[in-house]
Amino acid sequence: MVTETSTQKTTPSIGDYLRNNIREYGLLVALVVIMLFFQVVTGGVLFKPVNITNLILQNSFIVIMALGMLLIIVAGHIDLSVGSIVALTGGLSAIMLVKMGIHYSLVVPLCLILGGVIGAAQGYWIAYQKIPAFIVTLAGMLVFRGVTYVVLQNRPIGPFPKEFQVLSTGFVPDILWFANPLPGTITNLFALVAVLVLVGLAIYAGLKDRASNEKHGTENEPFAFFALQMGIIAVVAIFLGFQLSTYRGLPNVLVVMAVLIALYTFITTRSTIGRRVYAMGGNEKAAKLSGINTERLTFYTFVNMGVLAALAGMIIAARLNSATPKAGVGFELDVIAACFIGGASASGGVGKITGAVIGAFIMGVMNNGMSIMGLGIDYQQLVKGLVLLAAVFFDVYNKNKG
Amino acid sequence: MDNIILEMRGITKTFPGVKALDNVNLKVREGEIHALVGENGAGKSTLMKVLSGVYPAGSYDGEIHYDNQVRNFSTISDSEHLGIIIIHQELALVPLLSIAENIFLGNELATNGVIDWKQTFARTKELLDKVGLNEPPTARITDIGIGKQQLVEIAKALSKKVRLLILDEPTASLNETDSDALLKLLMEFRKQGMTSIIISHKLNEIKKVADKITIIRDGGTVETLDCHNEDISEDRIIKGMVGRDMEDRYPPREPKIGGMLLEVKNWNVFHQHHRDRQFLHDINFNVRAGEVVGIAGLMGAGRTETAMSIFGKSWGHKITGEVSMHGKPVDVSTIPRAIDAGLAYVTEDRKHLGLVLNNNIMHNTTLSNLEAVSSAGVIDNHKERTVATDYRSKLRIRSHSIYQEAVNLSGGNQQKVVLSKWLFTNPEVLILDEPTRGIDVGAKYEIYSIINQLAAEGKGILMISSEMPELLGTCDRIYVMNEGRIVAELSKAEASQESIMRAIMRSGEKH
Ligand SMILES: Nc1ncnc2c1ncn2[C@@H]1O[C@H](COP(=O)(O)OP(=O)(O)OP(=O)(O)O)[C@@H](O)[C@H]1O
Ligand SMILES: [Mg+2]
Repeated sequence: MVTETSTQKTTPSIGDYLRNNIREYGLLVALVVIMLFFQVVTGGVLFKPVNITNLILQNSFIVIMALGMLLIIVAGHIDLSVGSIVALTGGLSAIMLVKMGIHYSLVVPLCLILGGVIGAAQGYWIAYQKIPAFIVTLAGMLVFRGVTYVVLQNRPIGPFPKEFQVLSTGFVPDILWFANPLPGTITNLFALVAVLVLVGLAIYAGLKDRASNEKHGTENEPFAFFALQMGIIAVVAIFLGFQLSTYRGLPNVLVVMAVLIALYTFITTRSTIGRRVYAMGGNEKAAKLSGINTERLTFYTFVNMGVLAALAGMIIAARLNSATPKAGVGFELDVIAACFIGGASASGGVGKITGAVIGAFIMGVMNNGMSIMGLGIDYQQLVKGLVLLAAVFFDVYNKNKG
Repeated sequence: MDNIILEMRGITKTFPGVKALDNVNLKVREGEIHALVGENGAGKSTLMKVLSGVYPAGSYDGEIHYDNQVRNFSTISDSEHLGIIIIHQELALVPLLSIAENIFLGNELATNGVIDWKQTFARTKELLDKVGLNEPPTARITDIGIGKQQLVEIAKALSKKVRLLILDEPTASLNETDSDALLKLLMEFRKQGMTSIIISHKLNEIKKVADKITIIRDGGTVETLDCHNEDISEDRIIKGMVGRDMEDRYPPREPKIGGMLLEVKNWNVFHQHHRDRQFLHDINFNVRAGEVVGIAGLMGAGRTETAMSIFGKSWGHKITGEVSMHGKPVDVSTIPRAIDAGLAYVTEDRKHLGLVLNNNIMHNTTLSNLEAVSSAGVIDNHKERTVATDYRSKLRIRSHSIYQEAVNLSGGNQQKVVLSKWLFTNPEVLILDEPTRGIDVGAKYEIYSIINQLAAEGKGILMISSEMPELLGTCDRIYVMNEGRIVAELSKAEASQESIMRAIMRSGEKH
């Protein structure tokens, strides 16, 4: 046959490109705008080194759980129980550390495993018994909260040993103190250097990727976009790194969070597991007929969520220096909202880690900014709700227009 | 009769990166049956979506004149008000609702929101009589066959006072009897003065009913043929579609049949949902290396169910029997195991079972064999791209790139993506279920060529098809199925339309 393989191809213009990727750029722009807005209305408090540190400490667990939640939402499910898992694992860690005096190096892995077991317990009903995740995890939310009250006997437990608190309130020590050129302003040189190195690596990796795309004849995004995007990210990162370096340096949780974000970005974009989760969320029947063990995959997304929720639970307990049965109430909503603001689709198959992380930060900056402004929790909820609706409307509007 | 009811002038429609329609013209006279033909992805469905307001005015260039007035439809209901009703390539019925409820969905016969069921049923009965469908108005859509569902769609169109009926591949999934009934109905409507536009890849049907044929190629109008002026042959239409003469519908092949590949023995399967009803009885068949084996039969004979039950037990329950490859029993109890055993199954339902529609061509192509483009669970982007690009050009998948989402491909090109996916698993036996449904003549030829090539490489092909000429043209051996049993096995010499039909009839009498 001599028919032409492709229909006429018009090279995508910058406009086309922008339109196709409006969601991602829109999200980044929204975050920057929201940050600037609160920077102004709080009279410059938002970007103070202390507050940036606070922001990270307050939001780390939302971000960490959003990583797991994104996978679950992409797979076409939902998990309402994470807030209760946070409370339960936090409580159990307290009992082991404080009451039973077990060493933290044993407690941390034990709690992570426990989170995995809790996730597995729910995943079993969802994946193999085909009970909707909404119902199973709603039950889980009630059950695990109840269990927490029972094991904690309705009382907070604390304080924790110092070594355990370091998990969430510690900072990476300044191993470069001897080379500090500005001892007056910079108090933790390592923070700044680490950020600079990371930014450098990111730009290098980006350029290398473009070069290899070029070599293999794959289209790149326009260079102007690449440069602009990298530029914005670099400026923001370096600014934040500098601010942190004038305070106590890099919080430990920031390091944990960054490593996890990188890991999950890799899993979702480059690994076969990630690809299969997206395919399963997009069309479960087709994925199954393609030889994907959809039950097992679903099961493991919930195990994974449980582990991440357990990690979050310990971070929260360590930060508050006490485990209470009320910990994590309503967190599931913040985590789910972060994913949807970040562009995940409620019907599955669509969503990105970067989106969920930015979504989590949008929620975090709003929480933090409104608290500084002295807005009550009532107004905070109202505003967050409206932002969620606006973000999802933006998605739907874009899709229909396209 | 000489009244032009519709004229579309200079229609151009662009999707990001693709020009789907480029200055298309279409003129339809009142009371005629106008056929729209063209290769997969030529732009037929897109043109009809422009006409019916699925793509609103402003999203395309050009003019629509209907009843001698320029019309700018911004929604489907705008066009429906003027009697333009479209029945899409994919039926839009709600499976769990009754026929009556589906027909009046959105137009319920109600006063103050209270449905008048008596009138609804009476009207439904009337409409069903008109389309010749003998089913109670209360029957649920899931419980009637696809041919009848098609008739329900038409009844629904009639309920809306249709003047211009557009049918996008209405017979693609119908068997011959049902297709004939539908075409007769169209001719009946023509007598009553209704105008219709029909899109189809079945040229014999077009020839039977059409007054005019407009051919579209690569998003542009090629010509309009008047069937009353001259006798238009199928070859003439094909020439317009592909832009040159096509000698043969089936590529030539020298069968080189080798040793035994797939053998299925005493296969018994119970129904997936009605769990105590046995659906398949004592199925025995085999496929040798280098052989193309067909399974003929009417809709509902159990052909798809046979294939799916073998492929990882993905249909049915209480499955018993033995499957062997190369004379050795193999485990096909899960889909991954069936794939490992060397089987591949190309589904007949590409939208629901074949593709992840919101994933791109590349991701769909590699989905069943991700291991081959990854190491230690990490996907090698360049390898994956190379594979997808290869298949895209080998199978001539018409798209702007391998990154185009499957949902935006035309029906025929979607089929090729599903085929790519399974070819990439490098199976020993490829089971094809209606592989050319909704596919144009040129692409069919390409698919037959691929089949031949696979056979020449020593693979076995099992082909399920409702198009008898296709089975006769490609297969070395044909099994005939009816009511869950294999009722005949015909060699190439014995096989003919008559012998196949005779086998079906005879078995029907016995039970
Ligand atoms: N929403 C969309 N986005 C991008 N491209 C599209 C979209 N819809 C259709 N196309 C492209 O427009 C072209 C025409 O598609 P169309 O569905 O009209 O073909 P067709 O003639 O109906 O083919 P078939 O016979 O296979 O149904 C194809 O190349 C298709 O990929
Ligand atoms: Mg079409």
